[in-house]
Amino acid sequence: MPDQVERTVVVTGGSRGIGKAVCLAFADPHTSIWFNYSSDVSAAVETEKILREKGARAHGVKVDVRSEDQVKAFFKTLVAEYGRLDVLVNNAGITRDNLLVRMKEADWDGVMDINLKGAFLCSKVAARTMIQQHSGRIINITSLVGVTGNAGQSNYVAAKAGLIGLTKALARELAQRNITVNAVAPGFIDTGMTGILDETAREHILSQIPLGRAGSAAEVAGVVEFLASDKAAYMTGQVIHVSGGMYI
Amino acid sequence: MSIEDKIKKIIAEKLKVGIEDVVPEAHFIKDLGANSLDIVELIMSMEDMFDIEIEDDQAEKLMTVKDVLDFIETRA
Repeated sequence: MPDQVERTVVVTGGSRGIGKAVCLAFADPHTSIWFNYSSDVSAAVETEKILREKGARAHGVKVDVRSEDQVKAFFKTLVAEYGRLDVLVNNAGITRDNLLVRMKEADWDGVMDINLKGAFLCSKVAARTMIQQHSGRIINITSLVGVTGNAGQSNYVAAKAGLIGLTKALARELAQRNITVNAVAPGFIDTGMTGILDETAREHILSQIPLGRAGSAAEVAGVVEFLASDKAAYMTGQVIHVSGGMYI
Repeated sequence: MSIEDKIKKIIAEKLKVGIEDVVPEAHFIKDLGANSLDIVELIMSMEDMFDIEIEDDQAEKLMTVKDVLDFIETRA
């Protein structure tokens, strides 16, 4: 007899990096976890497998978060399965770094579309269900640089700062339906996204972190898990920094 | 239950008012105390209940119980 599913969680960009760690943090026999991925099928299959080993109902689905039709179909499927949607984690993100004067329009649009428009579309569709059930948690994964700025990342910084604005506006809009909306701002975290930096750049960043080390994806996921829990019921519209003290 | 009764019931439920207050001429905001999010939620419930899509420009015109009854009659 399978355990009763008590909670349905959606994580965008859940096959790798912070998204994968967030999925793992939610994985238990009472949770149905739905994550989307854009390209890496083998990573998605692997994540599904790990989640199932922890007893969760895991579903990795190829969904382009830039497409309203695909996003709608994805949420329709998952709401049909268990009749509810408790947590949405807008995590999907890419970087296309360059100095502004050298940045191609496609690199601006690409980062905006996935990091910001994707969160808008997923939140819009998810809010429909959450408004009707009078409960829900939306957690947006922004970035330290969305607050501090960073040379060479004007597209990414603008998108992440936009995500903070989206968080605050939605928090006010949805509060009367018992839906909280918060953002988590990771600093320097060991993932594929930061793995591409050379040793000099890495050392330079590490020298600016009071805790003296990079964070792990699991340490970000722990804060996301907290924000989704009953313990965080009275928090909304907040940006929580998980950066080893890089931003104080 | 007739379509009219179903609609009245869901309006009463969503706006937390007595079913006896849901009379055709009742205005959602002025008479039944709804706010903009209440109306959005009401519209979504109608869409789900009757499996229809109500566009924003149509939804804006649905301000009284009678507006909704008339609208659903033409669509459902």
